[in-house]
Amino acid sequence: MFDFLEGYDLLGAFWVTVQLTVISAIGSLIWGTLLAAMRVSPVPLMRGFGTAYVNVVRNIPLTVIIVFTSLGLFQTLGVSMGAKDFTTINFRLAVLGLIAYTAAFVCEAVRSGINTVPVGQVEAARAIGLDFPQVLRLIVLPQAFRSVVGPLANVLIALTKNTTVAAAIGVGEAALLMREMIENEAQLILISVIFAVGFICLTLPTGLLLGRLSKKVAVKR
Amino acid sequence: MPVRDGGSGGGHGDGRHGDGDGGDALVVLRDVDKHFGALHVLRSINLTVGRGEVVVVIGPSGGGKSTLCRAINRLETIDSGEIFIDGRPLPAEGRELAALRADVGMVFQSFNLFAHKTVLENVTLGQVKVRKKDKKTADGRARQLLDRVGVASQADKYPAQLSGGQQQRVAIARALAMDPKVMLFDEPTSALDPEMINEVLEVMQQLARDGMTMVVVTHEMGFARSAANRVVFMADGRIVEQTTPDQFFSNPSSDRAKDFLSKILHH
Ligand SMILES: Nc1ncnc2c1ncn2[C@@H]1O[C@H](COP(=O)(O)OP(=O)(O)O)[C@@H](O)[C@H]1O
Ligand SMILES: [Mg+2]
Repeated sequence: MFDFLEGYDLLGAFWVTVQLTVISAIGSLIWGTLLAAMRVSPVPLMRGFGTAYVNVVRNIPLTVIIVFTSLGLFQTLGVSMGAKDFTTINFRLAVLGLIAYTAAFVCEAVRSGINTVPVGQVEAARAIGLDFPQVLRLIVLPQAFRSVVGPLANVLIALTKNTTVAAAIGVGEAALLMREMIENEAQLILISVIFAVGFICLTLPTGLLLGRLSKKVAVKR
Repeated sequence: MPVRDGGSGGGHGDGRHGDGDGGDALVVLRDVDKHFGALHVLRSINLTVGRGEVVVVIGPSGGGKSTLCRAINRLETIDSGEIFIDGRPLPAEGRELAALRADVGMVFQSFNLFAHKTVLENVTLGQVKVRKKDKKTADGRARQLLDRVGVASQADKYPAQLSGGQQQRVAIARALAMDPKVMLFDEPTSALDPEMINEVLEVMQQLARDGMTMVVVTHEMGFARSAANRVVFMADGRIVEQTTPDQFFSNPSSDRAKDFLSKILHH
């Protein structure tokens, strides 16, 4: 029944999906947190940049962003992300696009978390002489993250599924392989089911794990 | 240090309300004005707090007492006037302001302990991050202060696991850990259940006896009588009168104060 799988590197393709997801997740958590910090900073220029970034990037389809990294950044501007072969270049461009896009959503999740931190926490922190970066790093962000583990899990799950868009610029992840198999094989429904189950195997544990973590780290007031 | 004699003219608190820079003035406010939109919350406030002096600020709700406290460590900006701490003008922004705030301890009505940190961490954080002490020294000092305010056994708990009175005593320890020159208290017992008020007042009383300079917004007359050198009565953004606790509670000079006292005494 599964003979048709022969000759396809199913695990290899999902491994690329995992790599795309993990690297983009780390990148977008960092960049998204920096954006959130900008959005609450006392410097108007930073606030303006953060707000503009989120509102622009959030409203562009991911496909457009990913295709832009390839057509715009690489083919027009010659940005090759420090790689020589096309596979690596495209992988890195896809990661860049995924980070740029996902960070906007991470930023909004973190910012909503920042809004749950009572203003008294900030005042107490300032009152003992912490400066703005310290207040953010030591008091606000740790409490904000604890309250948005759930929403961040949703962002990560969406990211996992969004990695399929990387197929648009030829990154050999799961969705690209699926398209290839659908063209060449007859078992269309079975192929869809296999890939669906594959993605569920990736996203379900993320959701469960982070759901449990969310309860564990919640700040008691 | 002897217990302050609230009745004999307010110790060394009096006679120094003048120009402020001279002598041993620690906190000086000169012609301070502040608006919230159209609301004039501080109206040309002039106030001098001497080193070692305990000043109780009292007055009706909305009179600007909290705003006054918060202006002293610049949690609230002012529109005009000047504020000096230990002879230096309050810096406007940045690192200098942060440094000054470390010298001014603040205790809030709602405690505001860092919710994600243990009691011990609450008291060590500022020492390590602002005073740049090493962790071990900070821990030692924190435990000593927690012992002093009577909550040493709670060091490893989180704030939410403590009673209000315990939380407020930790908050006092957290402020003391910075070795502040002056401590500001904004209605430190107002959010507490009655049975916990005394445990906090006792800590504050001890602090006063030890010579700490304190500005205390409170309606606790017992505390004002036993610990304060001076009572400042504030209403509608103005300092209406300032005098010794005995004088204020037994024979206030302004009608506004008489009216206010009759209300808080009769309930
Ligand atoms: N952040 C703020 N924005 C606008 N109005 C405020 C703010 N904080 C305080 N006020 C107003 O300023 C006045 C003085 O407040 P406050 O200093 O808290 O008085 P008190 O502590 O004596 O009760 C009140 O009328 C209050 O409503
Ligand atoms: Mg108040």
